[in-house]
Amino acid sequence: MSSICLYFHVHQPWRIKNYRIFDIGHDHDYFNDSSDTKLNNAKILRKVAEKSYLPANELFLRLLNRYKELKISYSITGVIIEQLMQYAPDVLESFIRLVDTGRVEILSETYYHSLAFFYSKKEFEKQVDLHSKIVKEIFGFTPKVFRNTELAYTNDLAIWAEDKGFIGIITEGWDNFLGWRSPNFVYKPVGAKSIKLLLKNYRLSDDMAFRFSERSWSQWPLTSEKYASWIHRINGNGEVVNLFMDYETFGEHQWKEHGIFEFLEKLPEEILKHPDNDFVTPSEACLKYPARDEIDVPGVVTWADTERDLSAWLGNAIQESALNFIYKLEKKILSSKDEKLIEDWRKMQTSDHFYYMCTKWFSDGDVHKYFNPYNSPYDAFISFMNAANDLKLRAKTRKLNIRNAKKLD
Amino acid sequence: MKVLMLGWELPPHNSGGLGVACLGLAQALTRKGVNITFVLPRKINIQDPGFEVYFLDTDFEFENLKSAYTGLTGGVLKILMDDFPPDFVRGAMKFAEKIEKIAKLKNADVVHAHDWMTFPAGIVAQKKTKTPLIAHVHSTEIDRTGGNFPNPYVYAIEKEGLQLANKIIAVSNFTKNMIVDNYQIPPQKVAVVYNGIEKTSSQKLSPALAELKKMGYKIVLFLGRVTLQKGPEYFIKAAKRALEFNKKIIFVVVGDGDMMHFMIYEASRLGIADKMIFTGFLRGEEKDRIYQTADLYVMPSVSEPFGITTLEAIANNTPVLISKQSGVSEVLQNVLKVDFWDTEEMANKILSLVKYKSLGKVLRAESKKELVNINWHKSADECIKVYRSLV
Repeated sequence: MSSICLYFHVHQPWRIKNYRIFDIGHDHDYFNDSSDTKLNNAKILRKVAEKSYLPANELFLRLLNRYKELKISYSITGVIIEQLMQYAPDVLESFIRLVDTGRVEILSETYYHSLAFFYSKKEFEKQVDLHSKIVKEIFGFTPKVFRNTELAYTNDLAIWAEDKGFIGIITEGWDNFLGWRSPNFVYKPVGAKSIKLLLKNYRLSDDMAFRFSERSWSQWPLTSEKYASWIHRINGNGEVVNLFMDYETFGEHQWKEHGIFEFLEKLPEEILKHPDNDFVTPSEACLKYPARDEIDVPGVVTWADTERDLSAWLGNAIQESALNFIYKLEKKILSSKDEKLIEDWRKMQTSDHFYYMCTKWFSDGDVHKYFNPYNSPYDAFISFMNAANDLKLRAKTRKLNIRNAKKLD
Repeated sequence: MKVLMLGWELPPHNSGGLGVACLGLAQALTRKGVNITFVLPRKINIQDPGFEVYFLDTDFEFENLKSAYTGLTGGVLKILMDDFPPDFVRGAMKFAEKIEKIAKLKNADVVHAHDWMTFPAGIVAQKKTKTPLIAHVHSTEIDRTGGNFPNPYVYAIEKEGLQLANKIIAVSNFTKNMIVDNYQIPPQKVAVVYNGIEKTSSQKLSPALAELKKMGYKIVLFLGRVTLQKGPEYFIKAAKRALEFNKKIIFVVVGDGDMMHFMIYEASRLGIADKMIFTGFLRGEEKDRIYQTADLYVMPSVSEPFGITTLEAIANNTPVLISKQSGVSEVLQNVLKVDFWDTEEMANKILSLVKYKSLGKVLRAESKKELVNINWHKSADECIKVYRSLV
C-alpha cells in the first residue's frame, strides 16, 4: 500500500521597498512600493493569483469533486492571508471552498514565515499562535501537523511540537540523516514519545516542482502516466510518498504553456489506476502508519539549495547582522505596546528578506536570482537595514513619549 | 599566428586604462604562443614587456598626443577640449603614413588596432598587405564626450575604421551596443572581449591619511581622469548629500583633468571643501596605498566602456560602487551599482556602506572571489578565437 501525501506551501512576503537612509525617521511605510518593479506587493500578488492560485485552486476543486479519494493539504502563511484579503479576496474565497470539501488540511506554522525558532522561542510561539488564530478564523480549521519555515528542522523543534500537542511534523527527507533509509515511511524524532515525522521525497517532488519543463532533463517531457509509474514502483518499499512543494509550482514556476495544469489534471487518475494507491493528508498519514524508525537531526536541515541548511538565509555576514539586528529589537519593540510597530517588526522577520541577501549565487545560482526582487543582495540588505533602523527609532521615540507622558502625570 | 598590433601607449607612459589593457592583453597572447609585433607611433622608454615593440619615428610630440587623447591628464598641456582634436587627428594620420614599411616587413596574419588613433594606420596596413583588420574598441568618442558634441573628425575616423575592419572587438556589451547604435555596425560583426587584471591582490601597505582614519573618518575615493566621461560632478553631488547626513567622511579625488578647476570651485560653493582632498595623479605603490586606505571606491562614470580601476580597487581589498553605465558592471555582481545620475541613491549607498560594517566585509570578500575569473588569460583566449575566425 502506498499513500500519496500532497502538500503545497502558499506564501508571499511583504517585500520592503527601496528604502533609503534619508527615509529613516520620515517614512514608516516599508511595504507600500507602488512602482513597476518586483517590489510592488499588490502587483506581484495579483500576477501570481492570475497565473497560479486561481487556476490551481479551480483545478483542485474540480479534481476533489471528481475523485472522492483525493486529498490535499496546504500551509498558508499569515502574511499571505493578509495580502489576499487586501489584494485578492477571490483567491481567499476559493481556498475556503477547498477547505470546505473536508478533504483539505491546513498545516500549522509561524504567521510571519520567520526563523524565530532559532532566535527567540517566545516570539516563535507567539507567531504560531497568531497563525492558528487566523486559520481558525478564516477556515474554521485547527491544524494538527506542524511545518516550520523553509522546513527548517532540528530535534528540539520536534520536542517542542510534541509538547504543544501536534501529532506530526514535516521536514526534508535529506540523505545526510536518512542514510540508507527511505523517506517513504513515517518516522519518530529522536527523544519524542508519540509525534510522527513526515519526510519530503525530494526527488519526486523536485521532478514536478523544478524539472517539469526542463528540456535538457532526460525524462522530459514528464507525463502524468510516467510520473505515476514512478510512484507505483515504490509500492512495497514504502508506505507514504510525501510530495511537498511551493504552490506557485503550478502556473508560476512551471508555466501553463508547458502543460503543468494538464499534467496535474490527469495525475489523480493515473495514480489511482493502481488499486493499492490512495491519498492521505499529513495528519492521516501520522495516524495511519506506525513510525518505522527513529530520526536524529542534531543540526538544522531545511529544504533549500544543495546544502539543505540555513546558509541561504544565514550564510554571510550581512544576513547574520540583519537577523541579529531585528531580533535584538525584540524587547524594545514589545515593550512599546505599539501594535503597528510590533506588526511591522514581525513583518520584517519573514525569512524571504534574508534570502534576498544571499550571495551564493554562482554555485546555486539562478534560483536565487530568479526569486530576488532586488537588483542585488546588497540592495536588499541596504533597504532592510535602513527600514530596521527606522523601526528602532520608532521604538525609541515611543519610549520617550511614554516616559514624558508619565512625567506629566 | 603573427599579429601586427597597433597601439598608442604602454605603461609607464600611459594616461589611463588603454595602455594597461594593451600590455595585459599582448603579454597574455604572447604566453599563448602568439607572435606579436607591437607598434607605437614613436620612441618611449619602456621595460622589455616580453614581446617585440617597434617604434615609428613620427615627428610628433608624443606628450601632446597623449594629453589630447586623455582629456588633458598630467597637466602637460593645458589646452581646452575644443583645441585638441586636430592635433590628435594629425598624429593618427602621421601614424598611418609611417606604417606601411613595418607592415610589409612583418607580413602578419592579422592587424589588431587599439582605438581610433591607430585605425588609419590599421586601414593602411590592411590595404597594403591584404591582411584582415581587427578594430579593438576601448572607448568611443561618444563615451569620451558623454554624447555632447563628439568631435566630427574623430567620429568620422572611428566610423571608417569600424566599417572597414573585418572584425571588431568591444571591451563590453555596453561598448558593443554603443558601436551598433551610434556607428551603424551590424551586431554580428562585433565580438565582446572583456579586459582582465594582472594582479588579483596587492601587497598590504601602510595606509595613507592615517590621522584622519584614527579620528574616525571614513574615506570615499574617486580615482580617474577628472573629466566629464568619468562623472566627477556626480561624485561631488553625492558627497554633498552624504555629508548632510554624516560629517565623518572624507572624499578623496585622485587624478587630474580638465574639470579639476570646476571640482575645486564646486567643493567650495557647496561648502564641503574641508571634507575633500585632491591628490593629483598617483601611480604604482602610491595608487595601491590610496585604494587600500579607502573604505569605498566610487566609479561614477557617465559612460565607461570597461573600467579597469574597479578591478584594481578590488585587488586592493576595497569595496566598490560603480555606475550601471559601465562595461565592468557586466562582469561583477558583488559590487554596489547605481545610475550615474542618481546621486541620491549614490549617497544612500555610500552612507549605508559606512554605517553597516558587514556590508563592506561581504563586498570585499565576494568581489575578490570574482576577480579570479576576470583575467587576461581568458581575454587572450577570446581574442585568439577572433583571429582564427579571420585566417
